[in-house]
Amino acid sequence: MRMLTPEDGTRPARALTALRLTVNNHPGVMSHICGLFARRAFNVEGILCTPLGGGAISRIWLLVQEDERLEQMIRQVRKLQDVLEVLPYAADEGAFTSLDACVEGWERGRTLLA
Amino acid sequence: MQSMSGAELVIRLLERQGVECIAGIPGGANLPLYDALSKSPAIRHVLARHEQGAGFIAQGMARSTGRPAVFFATSGPGATNTLTALADAKLDSVPVICITGQVSRPLIGTDAFQEVDIYGMSIPVTKHNFLVRSVEDLPRVITEAFRIAASGRPGPVLVDIPKDVQTATIVLSTLPEPAGPDPVEPPDAESLTRAARMIDEAERPILLLGGGVAASGASGAAFRLAERAGLPTTMSLLGLGAMPENHPLHLGMLGMHGARCVNMLMEECDLLLVAGARLDDRATGQVERFCPKAKLIHMDIDQSELDKLKQAHLGIMADAGTALTALAGLVALSERREWLARVAECKAAHPLLLSGSDDPRAPYGLVRRTGEILGPEAIVTTDVGQHQMRAAQAYPGLRPRRWLTSGGLGTMGFGLPAAIGAALAHPDRPVVCFTGDGSLLMNIQELATAAETGVNVKIVLANNNGLGLVQQQQDLFYGRRIFGSGYRLRVDFPRVAEGFGVHAVDLGSSRDPLADLERALLREGPCLVNVPVAAEENVYPMVPPGAANIEMIGGEAHAHAHA
Repeated sequence: MRMLTPEDGTRPARALTALRLTVNNHPGVMSHICGLFARRAFNVEGILCTPLGGGAISRIWLLVQEDERLEQMIRQVRKLQDVLEVLPYAADEGAFTSLDACVEGWERGRTLLA
Repeated sequence: MQSMSGAELVIRLLERQGVECIAGIPGGANLPLYDALSKSPAIRHVLARHEQGAGFIAQGMARSTGRPAVFFATSGPGATNTLTALADAKLDSVPVICITGQVSRPLIGTDAFQEVDIYGMSIPVTKHNFLVRSVEDLPRVITEAFRIAASGRPGPVLVDIPKDVQTATIVLSTLPEPAGPDPVEPPDAESLTRAARMIDEAERPILLLGGGVAASGASGAAFRLAERAGLPTTMSLLGLGAMPENHPLHLGMLGMHGARCVNMLMEECDLLLVAGARLDDRATGQVERFCPKAKLIHMDIDQSELDKLKQAHLGIMADAGTALTALAGLVALSERREWLARVAECKAAHPLLLSGSDDPRAPYGLVRRTGEILGPEAIVTTDVGQHQMRAAQAYPGLRPRRWLTSGGLGTMGFGLPAAIGAALAHPDRPVVCFTGDGSLLMNIQELATAAETGVNVKIVLANNNGLGLVQQQQDLFYGRRIFGSGYRLRVDFPRVAEGFGVHAVDLGSSRDPLADLERALLREGPCLVNVPVAAEENVYPMVPPGAANIEMIGGEAHAHAHA
């Protein structure tokens, strides 16, 4: 299990959970989800979102800290009308790390436009 | 094949949902909807004077009927004015549907005239919301709005419709079927059996009924269970009326201004069975010290309410009526003599002290007398403040869906428009709104709506020329420094009411206040009764905010005896 390491010593290291959401894909869905976490003061450490199939639905992965409020958070997310499924996974050590590498590779060799 | 505009389609869909009355205010961005509404033979429009008023008129209809009610607002300021009424509906689980006009699609995101992101703003205060992006989406969105508002734990839904979607043409061969609430899954049989066993084994159980029981029509089921298992029964503010007060197992309200004996008995109970209540802090006091000796069985239709504030020994996700009925069939018949004797002793030692309950010019007497004059058919609404707590403590014979009060959000300004909505939905019943001068001022413009519609609404104003519940907290917890909570100007409410076209009576200058009160309450149409009351009179008992319920101040029988 991946531990979030405190950089400045102010935040305790905690185990991470990855929430796999299947959601309707239209403008506003992300703000429903992120807004829910924000107003319940629950930080999201990482977000990955990609459309599925024809683009009518999307897959969102949220990397969150495991704390005693997580179960309540999951129940609240399940109540959102545009969220079709929520599955909690023990966060995989590699997933977001290899994503870092993927984005790095993707950025390399691109032209900065602005 | 029928061809129509988006606006006409919306009105047709609302007619098919059985909507009979829409409160609202027109403006540039929803005029196509209004034009279509003008042609509806089935739906009456009530022109509110403020969109918040329209929202609370819709709440009055929804809370008193149990069915979703609709209100209209235009874009920009019209839309932002709906937010308080939506937030109020969210916290008290009231099914209302707010339909706002939005600027045309090409203008969205340009900071156009009267453009505001009401979709974004209403996310935290609605159960769900929609920004309709094409006229083809309307049939699905409108029916979904009704389904979502009424399903499971009810709540508010906002539908934002751009003006060009309202004017766009659509050709439909059939209209969608009207939507109702989703069927509810039956409760888990094993959990119910466990709950029944826990009730049977308990020695000092208490049943707590919340707004979910009152609103879902489960109160009959609740007191059948209470009778069978010998459960003394308390209610939250929104659950009041779920058990008739003359029932031998009736305990009264718990919490901040609850009955003294209830808060004491909760301290002793060894099992708390909660149905349709979410354990709000005004009900529980400091939650860690709430029912310290009790096991908790918590039933709610919303799974996220279980274990939210207090870990339940047994959580049951269920419709309250279904679960309570099933439980009544599973528990053993019990007289519970010892516990009920202790309950009776506690009630007798700590009765609710309703001083001056015969005098219509005393705060409690005003509530009692009004209730006695209006009789059991009346619908009661309140604003927020001392008058609200006094009505909760003293109004005789409260009933579910006839007791409409803003519990979760505590919105001053709720009472008058909610009363108008209840009266529109129930023209055959008297409706009384208990209010204070601070609260009434917050939506006083709806007096014009009351006069115009001629609704049978009686506004009973306990007037202390200040913010009474604020002054009470300053008196008790801020060294008696009454600051910013008293009005220097004394508003002449009877004259203001008459200026709005509403008949008014002043009990302050009355020679026979009881006769004048009776005459005012029994005349047809809207009427305001102004009653000057002393600002120094606090509502007791009171649990200090953040304290445990057992630490309530005041209301002791002996204190009264020496007063």
